[in-house]
Amino acid sequence: MSLLALSNVSVRYGRLTAVRNVAFTLAEGELLFITGPNGAGKSSLLRAIAGVTPPAGGRIDFADHDITGRAPEDIARLGISMVPEGRDVFGSLSIEENLMVGTGMHARTRGWRARAATELEAVYATFPILKDRRHTQAGLLSGGQQQMLVIGRALMTHPRLVAIDEPSLGLAPNITDQVYERLIALRAERKLTLLIVEQSSTRAMLAGGRMMLMRGGEILLDGDARALGQSEAMQAAYFGYGEQ
Amino acid sequence: MASLLQVLFDALSLGSLYALGALGIALIFGVMRLVNFAHGDVIAFSLFALLWPSTDAVAIVFAGNLPWFLLIPFTLAIGAGLSVLSELVVFRRFRRANPATMMIASFALGFVIRYFLLMLFTSRPKSIALLPALSQPVEILGARIPLLQLITILVTLAVLIGLTLFLRRTRFGLEMRAAAENFTMARMLGVRANRVIMGAFALSGALAAASALILGSQTGTANIMMGANVMLMAFIATVIGGMGSLAGAVLAGFLLGAIATVMQVILPPDARAFRDAFVYGAVILVLIFRPQGLLSARGAKERV
Repeated sequence: MSLLALSNVSVRYGRLTAVRNVAFTLAEGELLFITGPNGAGKSSLLRAIAGVTPPAGGRIDFADHDITGRAPEDIARLGISMVPEGRDVFGSLSIEENLMVGTGMHARTRGWRARAATELEAVYATFPILKDRRHTQAGLLSGGQQQMLVIGRALMTHPRLVAIDEPSLGLAPNITDQVYERLIALRAERKLTLLIVEQSSTRAMLAGGRMMLMRGGEILLDGDARALGQSEAMQAAYFGYGEQ
Repeated sequence: MASLLQVLFDALSLGSLYALGALGIALIFGVMRLVNFAHGDVIAFSLFALLWPSTDAVAIVFAGNLPWFLLIPFTLAIGAGLSVLSELVVFRRFRRANPATMMIASFALGFVIRYFLLMLFTSRPKSIALLPALSQPVEILGARIPLLQLITILVTLAVLIGLTLFLRRTRFGLEMRAAAENFTMARMLGVRANRVIMGAFALSGALAAASALILGSQTGTANIMMGANVMLMAFIATVIGGMGSLAGAVLAGFLLGAIATVMQVILPPDARAFRDAFVYGAVILVLIFRPQGLLSARGAKERV
């Protein structure tokens, strides 16, 4: 049984179609990279899944719920945690406050405070730098620290699926290595399902897993990241060789 | 010394009034980028809710005769209720509209409230004796300060402390601060948009009602236009405070109160009638040198 299933999903901004009839399924525990050039519709696809830009057509199911057109907060409460592009930290809130914002969604369940405290310690154990600076305003952190913060914040709600848009954007390569190392470790630890958007396929090839290539709002290729990354079909599809 | 103290208290109590109004506007602006021009009319409505509809010059008080410990919660509930109602009936439908459209909707709502009051009470100001015990003066270091001024300042301080604790210490407050900075991101973390916005409207309405009680006791009249001046000053305070910054709104509110009071004292008697022109002149100066406001809200900054 798949955790996430998209069928025929389209996203439009006015007359511009950003995502065209996209369909795929994602199994629990899978690692999926969506790559593709600028303007391929990758971010729009994530925004549609998160409910920020409701799809113009098609259907999205998550964990046996039809989430098409549902509000972002409802989708988050079902277990999808989004890390949008550009590291949207709450700059005037402290690191710890940033981490705690999402835990309120479980306030109706018993013992949520204790569980939130446990989650907080777990995030601090994964990213010790956040603990050292936990009362610092998040806006003062470096890019890499902010990236760790938003990933930690996404984990605080105990999601089943974490969707991350361009975790390497604006980061030095060695920091990106660190971020990925943590992500892959977390996936094994928590049996997380990960959906990562990246422009280049390099990271996907290093990390392994499944990779899809998007271009012009459509999914052109779908397969094993390492095999696909080295194929000529990949290059041709990415750059659009052989098309008019 | 005594007259200096007098000026200080005048400045603080006038500033309190502006700060309360500015907070009410900044709270809503923070979470939904709406400049709520109906705020002044919510102030008037909260006071008129204490009276029976009539055309007489002397108000027929009904709820206004309640003892203060019932009167205050009752009025706050009226303000909060009207404000929440305006969210449900009007502003919810404009959630995805641009800020200019929402602002015009708020003007329209303000007119609806004002003309509703006009219909029931006529435009004639009514004299009311609200909390009459407060008009007694008290003596502090040789200066005779009206008790009401003292209470106004203390109430404002209490509101500021209470609001700060609420925003910093409670889960709902944390959610409101997060939503004020980045609404979409907060929603993606499961923060319920409707609850946060309703909370902001309820708080803002309660603040409007607090302004109404202070204004009503200060002037001893109920006038359907009574909120207009406070609203204008409060709006200016939110602008020079930095739109969306609560601390900035409060600071600017007190600053405006101080400028207005000081102008009243130092301007030559002939120019006092034009005091507001000088106050707005000072506002223009502030905006020339700090167009982003005194304390600009972080969330409003452009992101790369």
